[in-house]
Amino acid sequence: MNEATARRISDDLLRPLLNTSWRFYALVAALASVVAMGLGTWAYQMYMGFGLTGINNPVFWAFYITNFVFWIGISHAGTLISAILRLVNAGWRRPVTRCAEVITAFALMIGAMFPIIHLGRPWLFFWLVPYPSERQIWPNFRSPLVWDFFAITTYLTGSVMFLVLPMIPDFALIRDKTTGWRRTLYGALALRWQGTTKQWHRLESAMQIMAVAIIPVAVSVHTIVSFDFSMAPVPMWHSTMFGPYFVAGAIFSGIAALIIAMATLRKVLHLEDYLHPVHFENLGKLLLLMSLLWGYFVFAERLTVWYGNETAEVAAFLATQRGSYAPLYWTMIVCNFVIPVPILSLRKLRTIVGCVFASGCVLVGMWLERFLIVVPSLSHKYLTYTWGHYRPQPVEILITISTFAAMALLYTLFAKLVPIISIWELKVGEHPFPSETPEQLRAHQLWKAIP
Amino acid sequence: MNAIYALYTEPADVQRAVDNLRAAGVADREITVISSEPIEEFEFSHRDEATWLHWIAGCGGAAGLVMGVLLTVGTELAWPLSTGNMPIVAWWPNLIVMFELTMLGAILATVITLFITARIPSRGPRMYDPAVSDGKILVGVEKPAADFIPVLERALVAGGAGELRKR
Repeated sequence: MNEATARRISDDLLRPLLNTSWRFYALVAALASVVAMGLGTWAYQMYMGFGLTGINNPVFWAFYITNFVFWIGISHAGTLISAILRLVNAGWRRPVTRCAEVITAFALMIGAMFPIIHLGRPWLFFWLVPYPSERQIWPNFRSPLVWDFFAITTYLTGSVMFLVLPMIPDFALIRDKTTGWRRTLYGALALRWQGTTKQWHRLESAMQIMAVAIIPVAVSVHTIVSFDFSMAPVPMWHSTMFGPYFVAGAIFSGIAALIIAMATLRKVLHLEDYLHPVHFENLGKLLLLMSLLWGYFVFAERLTVWYGNETAEVAAFLATQRGSYAPLYWTMIVCNFVIPVPILSLRKLRTIVGCVFASGCVLVGMWLERFLIVVPSLSHKYLTYTWGHYRPQPVEILITISTFAAMALLYTLFAKLVPIISIWELKVGEHPFPSETPEQLRAHQLWKAIP
Repeated sequence: MNAIYALYTEPADVQRAVDNLRAAGVADREITVISSEPIEEFEFSHRDEATWLHWIAGCGGAAGLVMGVLLTVGTELAWPLSTGNMPIVAWWPNLIVMFELTMLGAILATVITLFITARIPSRGPRMYDPAVSDGKILVGVEKPAADFIPVLERALVAGGAGELRKR
């Protein structure tokens, strides 16, 4: 790659970091106010008590656990997809990986907050942490909630490392190209990175190992989230297919979130030269595959329940098919299947706009799917006299809205501080075809024998 | 003099410079090549391939597994809680915690080993030139013997359009 190309890539991708317009401050202020509103609402809920929410017997899990499952699902966009594409050496991954990995890190942080919000008394969350308590009370390792703690901790640690390690060479580049406080800040973040052949080789080896390790962890995380439900003898929860069903749904919603994030970055940061229509086309095909897979899982799950005709299960089933939850259920089917499949199947419609529209529908549909897994089953348990209803209250709605603003805020700030596309990985993608064959490379080794 | 190096634009020139340095009697471990991206297409990038990183990651995973067994089985025996008619040491759920700690061990071992073996962050003075960030590739030798400097200069300049610098 010639110097001009290298400089153009660096300049294009560093421009968002170095130039700030009033629009950035306005956006941050707007998003921060929504997040502040959410934090204030949470504080109000803590002060007044959990009775402010609509959560009551028999629906003890509702909006907060729906959000928990939804955001953990969104987190599957990044590290999992990035790791798979890295292992199969897909060249088109290079501009996509960091955009995706950031979603994982922030979505996991937001998702992991919801069980804490749901505690009502969040200052006691450390009871989940396994440590030698002076009261000799240890977490019960047979509880799926404790499995969540281990799974999310491992996935978050791995995902943050997977995101941060390839950022070090880019920090070194920013250090060399800036002055003043930026040089000091990025100099510290670069950890005195030089770029020796040894450092590059170790970094790439480490990324390969982490890619291998992170894929089973990502699958396990959403499987374990599904265990929160399937381990309980609740109608339509106690199912052996919940693990793969949840994983497929998570990847589905994750890809949708990634497409929307990429389209936004492309437009706002003028990254048209780097995020090409082919990236959206490829991700659109993946989204189509996941939409079909999701439809297959829903059909298999519904058919089994309907055919089994077990009284309690059918009661929960009918509540969603033609009862009070039917409007939400059929909206979910339209958003997750009816709209995306034709849009993403037809090449003419699989444009950037088409993919973004389908992804927006999928996000709405997948949030509804999480809600419809949690609430109808809890409100239609085995004994009819325990049946009940759930209606979300303002605190739950405001906190839910604020988490979407929190995601947007964190993403905006990240894109302001770190190149949202990995500069060095993009430059590697620009390399010409290898100039030396393996035989020639091996021949050079002979130099070592020459005194 | 702390270091002598040359800056190149083309990786092929870098390969020639590295070969010349070897021919001049400089050991591979004393030749430093610095670039702003990995250049896998040339032999000089493959000099440091030997690594124990994979094995260390495996050992980290094994350590995590042992930790998982001790944490779950140890605490269940130390504080027996009867839950859902399951045995006190319940292997099925324990496997989940053990798996997660195994993977966590492998990931942490990989990251720690990367930092140690790649010397990040490095200490003390080091050979570097900010021109690397503009796409230049640096080839040099640190702390060269005074009487050997002319030989190194010839080797580096002969490597192509090398821009010779000394620190």
